[in-house]
Amino acid sequence: MRLAAVVSAVAATLAVSLPLGTSAHAADKVKVGFLSTLSGPGAGLGVDIRDGFQLGVKHLNGKLGNLPAEVLVADDQQKPDVAKQEAEKLLKREKVDFMTGIVFSNLMLAVGPQAFDAKTYYISANAGPSQYAGEQCNPFFFNVAWQNDNLHEAMGKYVQDKGFRNVVIVTPNYPGGKDAVSGFKRFYQGKSEEVYTKLGQLDYAAELAQIRATKPDALFFFLPGGMGINFVKQFVAAGLSRDIQLFAPGFSADEDVIKAVGAPMLGMFNSSHWAHDFNNPENKRFVADFEKEYGRLPSLYASQGYDAAMLIDAAVRDVKGKLDDKEVLRKALEAKRFKSVRGDFKFNNNHYPVQNYVLRVISKDVQGRVTNKTMSTTFSNHADAYANQCKMK
Amino acid sequence: MTQLILEQALNGLQFGLMLFLLAAGLTLVFGIMDMINLAHGSLYMVGAYLAAAAVAASGSFVVGVLLAVAGTAVLGALLEMTVLRRLYTRDHLSQVLATFALILIANEAVRMVWGDQPALLNPPDALSGPVELGGFSYPAFRLLIIAVGTVVALLLYWVVACTRVGMWVRAGASNREMTEALGINVKRLFTLVFAAGAGLCALAGAMLGPLLAVQVGMGESILILAFVVIVIGGIGSIRGALVGSLLVGVVDTLGRALLPWLLRSFLPGEVAANLGPALAAILIYLLMAAVLFWRPAGLFPARG
Repeated sequence: MRLAAVVSAVAATLAVSLPLGTSAHAADKVKVGFLSTLSGPGAGLGVDIRDGFQLGVKHLNGKLGNLPAEVLVADDQQKPDVAKQEAEKLLKREKVDFMTGIVFSNLMLAVGPQAFDAKTYYISANAGPSQYAGEQCNPFFFNVAWQNDNLHEAMGKYVQDKGFRNVVIVTPNYPGGKDAVSGFKRFYQGKSEEVYTKLGQLDYAAELAQIRATKPDALFFFLPGGMGINFVKQFVAAGLSRDIQLFAPGFSADEDVIKAVGAPMLGMFNSSHWAHDFNNPENKRFVADFEKEYGRLPSLYASQGYDAAMLIDAAVRDVKGKLDDKEVLRKALEAKRFKSVRGDFKFNNNHYPVQNYVLRVISKDVQGRVTNKTMSTTFSNHADAYANQCKMK
Repeated sequence: MTQLILEQALNGLQFGLMLFLLAAGLTLVFGIMDMINLAHGSLYMVGAYLAAAAVAASGSFVVGVLLAVAGTAVLGALLEMTVLRRLYTRDHLSQVLATFALILIANEAVRMVWGDQPALLNPPDALSGPVELGGFSYPAFRLLIIAVGTVVALLLYWVVACTRVGMWVRAGASNREMTEALGINVKRLFTLVFAAGAGLCALAGAMLGPLLAVQVGMGESILILAFVVIVIGGIGSIRGALVGSLLVGVVDTLGRALLPWLLRSFLPGEVAANLGPALAAILIYLLMAAVLFWRPAGLFPARG
């Protein structure tokens, strides 16, 4: 026993001192741990982020920052314990240079500390929990999408401006859901009633009956993935769509939900930081190639995955492949030297985006497809509400 | 308010009847063969996938569902004859281990055949909208589920209570050795019961598929509820399974709807919003604990 302890202590010392001896050599490849929800009701989201990320790497000829890219894909099954195990494997055994991919904020909060302890940069392509935007902000966490509240804030403002004063909010009972409610109510001032459901719930009969009895004039729901698909279908089947106007953040009104629900979603307003009809060269190339590659329109999740790949590429290029010097790498990530498919954005002090948010409406496009159309800009250069609580070291 | 309670009662009834389809098979297998079959939920999943495939191939919802029920029943019979038959004489732990392995095999097999993404199964167009029901509208498809569930429950009750096969089943549930001694072919009876249970699973899967989602792992979450139902109802009893299912369905639905609202009347909003859904989720387990406390053998024990 004692011998084993001595040996492991020596080994640990060696392991710690080794990186110091070999300071800042250029790496010969970039390893990215892509951990996301690829099975179960939330799988559509993870698959879209993955496909977007892979398309980005393909556009860069299989390289990230001029180095061959190795993307290790793992499935968290939307379970925190599985996510932690898979992250441990990617960080400790594979020693990845970057982590990305997590969809759900509760998993992000479970995995985050592991990546931070391993001093590995986490580039979130979706989950943007308020915790990591405020007091628990971390130099090793970057979010290339949005802070969770943002899209809900944009919708709250629109619903407020349109004069609705009696709104029911439906969201799952998890950190992302709490962020949704606080985001929406930051800009919506009228009466509201919150309905919390179980994360992953698929039958909304009880909630719909309750909503019918409340008689709101508008309903705002944030139910990502399969939850939203079922909710909208059951909402329409229950005949509620005749009296109650539906509003949602872009998460619950993008291609994955539209494809499953179809025509009943026509006319629904939603908020986003990106849309497939954004008119810039990067976006046109992304949308056209995504359709060609996967045979479907990209969702906002796919655009975020694509941008995550572009951010890593730009940063690795900036530091000329020297991934060991974490400080320099961090500066390169913060500088964000790439053109996003959403147009321009920059990172705030808490490593979350400052960007524009737009209003979209679901309508038929020229080819007769049911899809989103951009209407107007709701917020310009909008930051999140937690940035001032962040004292980034 | 009465309208709300009426609608919630209908929702509870619909959920309860579907649980009954699952619990009926489970309770008979458990009661008669003294066999814990964790793979019961997998038959529900396979049934739903078969229904999705058959509906897509035939273009008719009714034909698709019937094909799925028949196909799953055959699959259940084959499963019983090849694997499960060998487990009857083993202890419960071996049965749990073996049938848990079956769950894993079924999940991977379905993943290999149909892929990771949920399969598409929509209600027939005519039933996808709401119907007016004395002052409020209710989804037509949920009404169909209630109708199908009621008919099947009555049919099952008649078979078990009034026919010769039903008499064998009841006899088997209360004393297996004595039934065998009376010269009844228990082996064939077991296969028959198992196939019927599998068919009911498939019916539940096909009816719930359009409402929920046809996906890998859909059987596990509902299996837990089915076990709660048969423990409440009394193992081996069809009547117990029916009463237990309806109790669980109604308590779960009403709890989810009314608890948050009730809590809000005497607790601050934030606390109520957090406590309500959490409490509603454990309500049926409280119900089970209460039943076990006062009636340890369940409400209608088969072995009197």
